[in-house]
Amino acid sequence: MKLIIAAIKPFKLDEVREALTAIGVRGMMVTEIKGFGSQSGHTEIYRGAEYTVNFVPKVKIEIAVPASMVEQVTEAIVNTARTGKIGDGKIFVLDVESAVRVRTGETNEDAL
Amino acid sequence: MKSLMKTAGLAAAISALALPVVAQEAAEPIMDKGDVAWMMVSTLLVLLMILPGLALFYGGMVRRKNMLSVLMQSTLITAMAMVIWVVYGYSMSFGGSTSPYWGGLSKMFLAGVTMDSMVGTFTDGVVIPEYVFIAFQMTFAAITPVLIIGAFVERIKLSALMIFIALWLTVVYFPVAHMVWDGSGLIFNMGALDFAGGTVVHINAGVAGLVGALVLGKRMGLGKDMMAPHSMTLTMVGASLLWVGWFGFNAGSNLEANGGATLAMMNTFAATAGAILAWSAIEAIFRGKASMLGAATGMVTGLVAVTPAAGSVGPVGAIVLGAIAAAAAYFFVSKVKNAFGYDDSLDVFGCHGIGGIVGAVGTGIFTSAALGGIGYGDGVTMAMQTWIQIKAVVITIIWGGIASFVILKVIDMVIGLRVSEEVEREGLDLAVHGEAAYHE
Repeated sequence: MKLIIAAIKPFKLDEVREALTAIGVRGMMVTEIKGFGSQSGHTEIYRGAEYTVNFVPKVKIEIAVPASMVEQVTEAIVNTARTGKIGDGKIFVLDVESAVRVRTGETNEDAL
Repeated sequence: MKSLMKTAGLAAAISALALPVVAQEAAEPIMDKGDVAWMMVSTLLVLLMILPGLALFYGGMVRRKNMLSVLMQSTLITAMAMVIWVVYGYSMSFGGSTSPYWGGLSKMFLAGVTMDSMVGTFTDGVVIPEYVFIAFQMTFAAITPVLIIGAFVERIKLSALMIFIALWLTVVYFPVAHMVWDGSGLIFNMGALDFAGGTVVHINAGVAGLVGALVLGKRMGLGKDMMAPHSMTLTMVGASLLWVGWFGFNAGSNLEANGGATLAMMNTFAATAGAILAWSAIEAIFRGKASMLGAATGMVTGLVAVTPAAGSVGPVGAIVLGAIAAAAAYFFVSKVKNAFGYDDSLDVFGCHGIGGIVGAVGTGIFTSAALGGIGYGDGVTMAMQTWIQIKAVVITIIWGGIASFVILKVIDMVIGLRVSEEVEREGLDLAVHGEAAYHE
């Protein structure tokens, strides 16, 4: 099993969610985050006091899938989340040691 | 054209008519219910300016972790100022003594005042109940110290602040109110024009704020940490409540519901509008973007500038005065403050001090009949009046500046003015008040 962590632009969340459910992903966790990569922040000025805001709002999606689905899922995210401008985001794939469905006690692949 | 005696401050007629009615040779003085109703409403409007107007205006500009401390300080100071006013503040300000510097203690605890006591207005023979005059002026004595806290936010110790305000009211506000507005007052008898308190309220608060900011020192992390306003929305709500309430402040200072009050009302619209546009235009030109904080600050600056002028300038002059004050304040807060590097956190001196100075001196200019004002007193020229205004400003600055400095230094030596570093980092709401403004 793998855990896919993707940071994407917030306005792309709905499109990504639709694309993933279309290929059989049955759940995801979404967090609002701040971050920076190539995209830099912005400057705000309040009555002569300048503040540099280095972080840009993003959305983080975490999905646990069987290893066989990783390529499909990654492709789906990349295709829907890409705008071609800087700040489109990143995807990381991690190993998952075990998984449990709380309601039934099913484990590992049955829990996904 | 009103004579100088009638336009220059509240209390010439007041101190004359504060004597028993038997001193009148003319017909029985008239109390008009319309005037009384208007004055009662004006008093409420000024309270609204403080709570929640000023509280939100300032509160929105601090960080989330300090929001409640601003609301608390505003609330506590208001209450304390009101109690002090009843005990001895009214007497020291308007007690009707012969001293040029203070009103004496003859009306301590409002001695002798009943619901039938009357005081004079600007119109001979027209009176209003003394209680409404006391209440109206009480709200002025409450709002002025709350204005000052803008320079102290996020780092001042609550006990030190309350003690400072109590002493400041006693040594600065009450004497200056007497000097500018009471019959025997020094500045009043110079012929200075200060309709609703450009000197008494705004320059006083601005100077106290500046001195305090210098004595307190800067907030930790200034220039590095993110200290942007946590809620510009609430700041705008606060500024808007200030504008609406200011009609009580300015037009209510006329003491009657008549043409003079409507002139003050008109000016309170005109100057503010001019100031908003001027600030936003300047900001758009020099910074590329006109901000809500700028417009709200312009709004307040215009209101401050028209405060001494509301009863004597004309509406077109008011627009120009508001615009000039906004321009002056803009450059002060964006250039001068940073150049000197002090932390007048919410620009108390930048807005109220500079706005008040421009307004007070500008009153001398724009009162001219040639510029649409009501004109000067007999034999007074623009140059003479403007010079009187400047002197009034200087006296206020020197008295308030020195007194504020001494009081702050003494408090600092005895109990300390600032909270500890840990408290400042954690935020005053949790550390000092045990509550958080927002939970999410």
